[in-house]
Amino acid sequence: MNNRIQSLFETKKENILSLYFTAGFPNLNDTLTILKHLDESDVDMIEIGFPYSDPLADGPVIQESSGQAIENGMTLNLLFEQLQSLRSITQKPIILMGYLNVVLQFGEAAFIEKCAQVGVDGIIIPDMPLHYYLSNFKELCEVNQVSNVLLITPETSEERIKQLDSYSSGFIYLVSSNSITGSTNAITFQTEYYKRIQNMKLQNPHLIGFGVHNKKTFETVCEFGSGAIIGSAFITHLNENGVSKESISRFVNLIKL
Amino acid sequence: MKTTLQPDENGFYGEFGGAFVPEMLYPNVLELQKNYLQIIATEDFQNEFKLLLKDYVGRPTPLYFSKNLSEQFQAQIYLKREDLNHTGAHKINNAIGQVLLAKRLNKKRIIAETGAGQHGVATATACALLGLDCTIYMGEIDIERQKPNVERMRLLGAKIQPATSGSKTLKDATNEAIRAWINDPVGTHYIIGSVVGPHPYPDLVAQFQSVISEEIKIQLKEKTGDENPDYVVACLGGGSNAIGAFYHFIDNGKTQLIAVEAGGLGVHSGKTAATIALGKKGIIHGSKTYLIQTDDGQIVEPHSISAGLDYPGIGPIHSYLHDTKKAEVVSITDDEAMQAAYDLSRNEGIIPAIESAHALAYLHKMKLKTTDVVVVNLSGRGDKDLATLQNYRNDEQ
Repeated sequence: MNNRIQSLFETKKENILSLYFTAGFPNLNDTLTILKHLDESDVDMIEIGFPYSDPLADGPVIQESSGQAIENGMTLNLLFEQLQSLRSITQKPIILMGYLNVVLQFGEAAFIEKCAQVGVDGIIIPDMPLHYYLSNFKELCEVNQVSNVLLITPETSEERIKQLDSYSSGFIYLVSSNSITGSTNAITFQTEYYKRIQNMKLQNPHLIGFGVHNKKTFETVCEFGSGAIIGSAFITHLNENGVSKESISRFVNLIKL
Repeated sequence: MKTTLQPDENGFYGEFGGAFVPEMLYPNVLELQKNYLQIIATEDFQNEFKLLLKDYVGRPTPLYFSKNLSEQFQAQIYLKREDLNHTGAHKINNAIGQVLLAKRLNKKRIIAETGAGQHGVATATACALLGLDCTIYMGEIDIERQKPNVERMRLLGAKIQPATSGSKTLKDATNEAIRAWINDPVGTHYIIGSVVGPHPYPDLVAQFQSVISEEIKIQLKEKTGDENPDYVVACLGGGSNAIGAFYHFIDNGKTQLIAVEAGGLGVHSGKTAATIALGKKGIIHGSKTYLIQTDDGQIVEPHSISAGLDYPGIGPIHSYLHDTKKAEVVSITDDEAMQAAYDLSRNEGIIPAIESAHALAYLHKMKLKTTDVVVVNLSGRGDKDLATLQNYRNDEQ
């Protein structure tokens, strides 16, 4: 597979910053505005969350932004409509992240084909079991050049990490602590785990996420991987400061400068 | 005992079930999957479980032949008296079983979700008895609606954790309990209250509740000479009492199994919990099943006058039984259920839970022969529903 995610990790080995935001939040039609301003910023990759009413892996910030987005009228159909102009706005790698039920209602094949058509490079579906990916999605993803990014946690066994690594494409999403998104308690205390993964020499590069929320935590986790993913802190920032170019570049600069 | 209900290795019943959980939950679920069958099959477990069901819960519960109902409906009507269990409903069967399992997995702490509070009370009770810490997740709105059960749980030593996300009711309490479980996979066991959730919960809960149909068989044989009735009728929310009452009658070639969903204000009113009538296949709380959702896959908040049936999905086993026509799923409205509750109170001297009243109400819709043997699972008592029963009648007058 050769897409923008692969290219990014081939050319950049450290301090990669990936930002997550919920489509349809704070306002229904903010998606392209946020993408445009992120494109103008020093962000390396962008994850767009399509909202689900019952996001099990997420903490309160993402659940609330998802709830608001649904109330605003965001649907997967509408998101794909908005993303028709995606590739005239940015050439950065784009990942769609959301839960399996929403994908099932949209249609599995239709979803992956639509991703490819609008120029989405990868997907993260946290509640899709590996066996289900293999039986229902793997071929679709490969044919359409869409990466599937899998998660590992501090509790994931070595054997399973190797298995997940062999089926992940693009990169591995290292969940920082045994927790949900947005919890900031334990992130700096997991260095043993980060080192353990580093020493495993996985075939995929990895980004660390869940709980990364400022310059200090970003720099801490960047020592142990190719970079980091920030979601809840960015959403909170958008909620408080809006989606203007100034607001978004200020957030990115706080992390990266 | 042999059963036709074993899920496959990935926890599927046909296309339903499975374990659609994020990686953070994978170790928790895997530990249970690997150990539950072996632990509950041990003699030690079975002895302790059966002794507690007998001496502490008060089993076997009676199978009561109702002369009045039999005359009214011109058939042989039996009530399985799960309302006479300790804590007032069938929920205690599962709570005791799972706490015993948790102890054998060396867990120190129990968490559970609750809607109306019945499963919360049963879990708090089992934890008090067996000496485990207990935290109950309950929607902020339900805490307001179900004050007596909140007080009961506190008296039993449980901590109540309000669920403040989403719609602040049962489905959100379930989400938050699962999230709390993510944070402590080693020390905590999560007791789900119905035959829902990721594999192995549906099978685990079904096995613990299967004592209901196991007893019905023995009792019916004594009373009629035939262990298999013509019909078993049970209400269906998540489906734990229904699966318990159906379990040993599935595929016996005789018994018709009828699951009664909460129609709320009517199946097409927008205020309903009738999942099969409206539902589409999807994923809720880690398993594939029928659920009430929008075209875009957002889960819809259901409505039923009975908090115990107020759930947007049904257990995957019930989706499977429905699709394979091994059971029939029907629905009863709030009004019909309330009338059945008043009738049983006045005519039989039994105040049923409003959940169970849905099953009773369905008797009116059945075409019965005088020789038909019908077992209605009276899953719980109506003490918890006094305020609802009273207010509803005042509104009617």
